[in-house]
Amino acid sequence: MAVQTAARPRERFSLIPKGKLARSEALWFWFFIMPWVIGFLVFTLYPIVASFYYSLTRYNISSDPVFIGFDNYVSLANDRVFWKSIQVTTYYTLLSVPTGIALGLLLAVLLNQKVPLLGVFRTIYYLPTLLAGSVAVAVLFSWIMNPTFGIINLSIRSLVGPDGFIPLGITGPRWLQDENWVMPSYAIMALWAFGGTMLIYLSALQGVPTALYEAAEIDGASRIQQFFNVTLPMISPVILFTFITGVIGAFQQFTAAYVIAGGSTLGTPNYASMFYNLYLFVNAFTRYRLGVASAQAWILLVIILLLTMLMFWVSRRYVHYESDEQGGI
Amino acid sequence: MATSTPTTPASTLARSRTRSSRHSRDLVITIIATTICILGMIVVLFPLAWMISTSLKTRAEVPKFPPIWIPAIPQWDNYRVALSPPNNFAVYFKNTMFYAVGAMLGELISSSLVAYGFARLRAPGKNTIFVLVLATMMLPGWVTLIPQYIMFSKVGWIDTFYPLIVPKFFGSAYLIFLLRQFYRSLPKDYEEAGLIDGANFLGIWWRIILPLSLPALGAVAIMSFMFHYSDFSGPLIYITSQTNWTMSLGLQQFRAPFGGTAFNLLMAASVTSILPPVVLFFLAQRYFIQGIVVSGVKG
Repeated sequence: MAVQTAARPRERFSLIPKGKLARSEALWFWFFIMPWVIGFLVFTLYPIVASFYYSLTRYNISSDPVFIGFDNYVSLANDRVFWKSIQVTTYYTLLSVPTGIALGLLLAVLLNQKVPLLGVFRTIYYLPTLLAGSVAVAVLFSWIMNPTFGIINLSIRSLVGPDGFIPLGITGPRWLQDENWVMPSYAIMALWAFGGTMLIYLSALQGVPTALYEAAEIDGASRIQQFFNVTLPMISPVILFTFITGVIGAFQQFTAAYVIAGGSTLGTPNYASMFYNLYLFVNAFTRYRLGVASAQAWILLVIILLLTMLMFWVSRRYVHYESDEQGGI
Repeated sequence: MATSTPTTPASTLARSRTRSSRHSRDLVITIIATTICILGMIVVLFPLAWMISTSLKTRAEVPKFPPIWIPAIPQWDNYRVALSPPNNFAVYFKNTMFYAVGAMLGELISSSLVAYGFARLRAPGKNTIFVLVLATMMLPGWVTLIPQYIMFSKVGWIDTFYPLIVPKFFGSAYLIFLLRQFYRSLPKDYEEAGLIDGANFLGIWWRIILPLSLPALGAVAIMSFMFHYSDFSGPLIYITSQTNWTMSLGLQQFRAPFGGTAFNLLMAASVTSILPPVVLFFLAQRYFIQGIVVSGVKG
């Protein structure tokens, strides 16, 4: 992300420069970005500050907020469901993000092997990404993962069930209704939409200079070695990018969990699908505990901030940026 | 890349032999890769095929074992039932389009203005402000949600489309970022020529830059439309009365009146809701791919 630095030296910093033309241009700049400035102040900055204030109050929207210090944070720390929501969301992130990256990378590498009908594959694989996160997909997966009538378990039954093709007596799990299977089920749902990540990798792969592979080949590197020593380092910034956005996205899973739980019994079964944001929603809009929900929002902000910083720190050690090594080879 | 091996006839022979063996190895790799890709395609299409299949079944066919993939008589009437009252998906569709198009226009107009400022005008402090724009991209929407909700409920905007559309007219950090990347790639001469001809920057933006950036605008317009088309949490929080429901809300509520059993109608409604994005995708595939690739690589 190249943010260019100001080139001209200036004696004293001022938002309005001296020269007539430069001043007019600067004023036009402020004119153009005014929508964002207003939006930032009204819809971002004020809400962030207000959110922190509300997190220190008892507030149910119908009466005025009452300042209670850090009581909301303390009550969250003692709230079993809150900890469960963090645990569940972390588990989901760990399940879905690395597998999604691996799958996207695998398919991108395969598609990059001069596969015929590349365009067709690309289109079909991208289709789920188009629909991911929509209610329709959540509804669809709750239908195909239905323990009795869903096509997955019907297929398992007709293949290896008691009355199946090979009668092994195996029955499918209860998927979204089983405490232990619910998170893998959500991860499978997320994995279905690996096409977006794959497309990003595919274009990154096509950007790796062929000269590097030729050089590696002359040095006698096998295909596998080429992948780990040329491909992977060259596209590692892109992998990091998809990892960061993936983690931030996974941590904010909401729609599928809300829809599948059916609105009334959120987090079912036994809070095993109580995603972080789902519990935030419950506190805010079904219990109208806006103070507690604001505290949750602030904790989320801190978590996302820490995660992002952690990932950038890790990337400084392990991610290869081409520009750092200019003239190295 | 000059190799230092001497080109004797023997080494040429050896090289051509390895080349032909490499060629056959390449063929094997291509065959394996293609096979895996076809299998993957089947897995990807499987849920969608089942969705369409279910949507055309009678209620009696839905829970049958062994599963029926092709219904005896396709029940196209399921779609009519889903779209008309009391299921009302035609109304939800209209509401969804109103929200998605309104929000898209708002984001597009405001973001292209702001992006133009950041990309092509010089002003002190510009880069610091732009870092702020980037920072808001990371910000989880749920952090600002509650104060926004309180704000909008105080001005009486609950159960209207105002809280969903009005904030979009103040730019989206993501679209600003993408459009700025594009605007920066245009030559600087346009401004100079425009200024000499007596135009101001607003005129230059409107008459020169916007027409030149139609492909980029198309890509971000589609991204914005798709996001709002399938948005669920926004309408869930702000829309209460059924006449204002979007398709997301309609689908979510659809399960209740039928006790979760009329899966054929539910799937018909789902297919209806995913049809516009899919059609749009096939019509404008280039823009979709462009959008996702640019956002990924330049990030």
